[in-house]
Amino acid sequence: MPKQELDLFKVFRNPEHMKALAKLIKKESKTKIRVMEVCGGHTHTIMKYGIPQILPDTIEFVHGPGCPVCIMPKERIDHAYILSQQPDVIMVTLGDMIKVPGSHGSLAQARSKGADVRFVYSPLDVLKIAKENPEKKVIFFAIGFETTTPMTAALVDQVVKLGLKNVLFHINHVTVPEVMKELLDSRDEHVDSYNNRIDAFIGPSHVSVITGSKVYEQFPEKYKRPVVVTGFEPIDVVEGILMIVRQVNDGRADLENQYKRSVSYDGNTTAQAFINKYFDQKDLFKWRGLGNIPKSGLKLRDEFAHLDAEKIYDDVLPKEEIEDHKLCICGDILRGMAKPTDCQVFGTACKPNKPIGSCMVSSEGACAAYYKYGGVLR
Amino acid sequence: MTKNITLAHGNGGEENNELIEGVFYKHLKNDYLKKSEDASLIEGGRLAFTTDSFTISPLFFSGGDIGKLSICGTCNDLAMMGAAPKYVTLAMMIEEGFEMKTLDKIVRSIKKELEVCGAVVVAGDTKVVPRGSVDKLFINTSGVGVVELEGISASNLSVGDAIVVSRDIGAHGAAIYANREGIDIESTLKSDCASLWPMVKALKDAGIKPKEMRDATRGGLAAVLNEWAKASDVCIEVEEASIPIAQEVKGICELLGFEPTALANEGTFVLALDPKDVEKTVEVLKTFEQNEQCTMIGTVTDEYKQKVTMTSEWDTKRFLDMPTGELLPRIC
Ligand code: SF4
Ligand code: SF4
Repeated sequence: MPKQELDLFKVFRNPEHMKALAKLIKKESKTKIRVMEVCGGHTHTIMKYGIPQILPDTIEFVHGPGCPVCIMPKERIDHAYILSQQPDVIMVTLGDMIKVPGSHGSLAQARSKGADVRFVYSPLDVLKIAKENPEKKVIFFAIGFETTTPMTAALVDQVVKLGLKNVLFHINHVTVPEVMKELLDSRDEHVDSYNNRIDAFIGPSHVSVITGSKVYEQFPEKYKRPVVVTGFEPIDVVEGILMIVRQVNDGRADLENQYKRSVSYDGNTTAQAFINKYFDQKDLFKWRGLGNIPKSGLKLRDEFAHLDAEKIYDDVLPKEEIEDHKLCICGDILRGMAKPTDCQVFGTACKPNKPIGSCMVSSEGACAAYYKYGGVLR
Repeated sequence: MTKNITLAHGNGGEENNELIEGVFYKHLKNDYLKKSEDASLIEGGRLAFTTDSFTISPLFFSGGDIGKLSICGTCNDLAMMGAAPKYVTLAMMIEEGFEMKTLDKIVRSIKKELEVCGAVVVAGDTKVVPRGSVDKLFINTSGVGVVELEGISASNLSVGDAIVVSRDIGAHGAAIYANREGIDIESTLKSDCASLWPMVKALKDAGIKPKEMRDATRGGLAAVLNEWAKASDVCIEVEEASIPIAQEVKGICELLGFEPTALANEGTFVLALDPKDVEKTVEVLKTFEQNEQCTMIGTVTDEYKQKVTMTSEWDTKRFLDMPTGELLPRIC
């Protein structure tokens, strides 16, 4: 770890700076603003550092759908589980994915029953596993937003270039702007209206490094919602909030970038080209808690269908949809219409180690964050 | 409970407790186990008795090896009950094909650590199992110690008590992850693996009587504090800024998305003290080189009973929960 990077902790968590920003927000904020932080990383920062406690009541956070683990529907986890049970298969995925339960159990449970399930830190680690196990089929269960997609693309690239015959992919990559759009456009089943209560967005940090801030242009323009792309450190978030407060006070809806140290307007065009080379938009991808969202998921391009585990194992993979649990109100929570504590089963039947709905699955989900860090503390 | 054992059941946190309650206590619970202390007091409280098993990858890591660990682990459990480690049993399960030279090295390391603790091996056992049945080498040790400091217990905490940690936390967990994943850290990150009895003895010799002590092994600082809050029906409030954490450990945590408070330690202990003993305790513990960062980190209150809260540098508060699940790296 480079020394310089370590010193950043001091700068971005400087308590004096934090307090000064919070004070400015208190002074300037007049109207109620419901701010959605789209990304799970932000939810984590906000809850872990207790940011709501230093902000005035006018600022309310709506925790967004931005965790690729939380939103993975049971159908897809069932796929992973079933694939892990096929003969001579090594199932590989990234970190926290392996503990999410599907209808048969989680990948961790599959592993405890003898399946060969491994997690890697980087998709490229799959190459090593594939080379060491030439007689096995290595299936990579690829998940993540735009941040991790280029890494999967790099793996596909290597597999193609090296002509590896024993690596397959189960692709579950999803894209951020489409789900933001869905939250604003969609009809909410429970209240039967188009209502949502999202007044402004905090744009993701790492995702935007790849996509550039340009992908959020539509939200201020078409929907009149301010978007501020913000870094992951607590001070970044608070500064982002101040920028939103000022936009609202001025009656503006603009796309602004607080995270200039890493995010540009165009983003990483090389990575974007790489993604386009190997992936294509799916017509629909189902999000746990939100349902099917058009064009929000990716798949391998047809030229690479021979690498697609979904096609190759088509006959063993179930296609039926699994409904979200009736009592779960994640959909409302994600639209800012309800708080986790409004859910009947919050903290009782639904807990982090046996989640009923998507928001409880990882610590970045709204319900889990409330449960774990005590979102009720004031 | 799930049908099969998962790795999460061994994490020292919530699932681990479920397993203990749901299976072991269900059939075996008695007055000794009920106390769920690090070691049980037997023979009218004169002796302390405990056992622990060790499996670690890699077998040699910066700051220690499985041999040293197997002695520290068991003797530390005794030390935490105020007992001087005396007699140890040593059982080894060795995978067929294991290198003789490596085994010799591990046993030498065991001998060295026994000397630090002042204990001897009084019985032993070896099993060699076919390749693939165990991962290289598993060790189990049991230990008996003679109680020198009495009245230590997790249910002793009361409002006003001070919480002290003996050194910077998380070094063992971070070092193991770094070693295992080959994460290049240009630094001196080393496991804290060490015997604690000499430190406890120094406290005793200085006339200090801790109310409770526990080494923060699996589940880390967070698990210890949560267990105490439950056992004593109190709230423990800690100040985030006062918890000593090495920069390298912070770096690893940031990289992988771990909480330093949930990382395992093998030579770090937490004490609950009468506030008047704090200064002296810190002074005594600091005479040991590795405890340079020894400090008070919090106090016992009754605000949120059975919960641990952590206050940030900008005065926001959150719960510091019992770690759950297997520690897994974050994805984004
Ligand atoms: S749990 Fe957190 S790190 Fe893991 S995928 Fe979700 S947002 Fe990312
Ligand atoms: S508590 Fe559980 S069931 Fe309720 S909304 Fe949250 S995730 Fe859904």
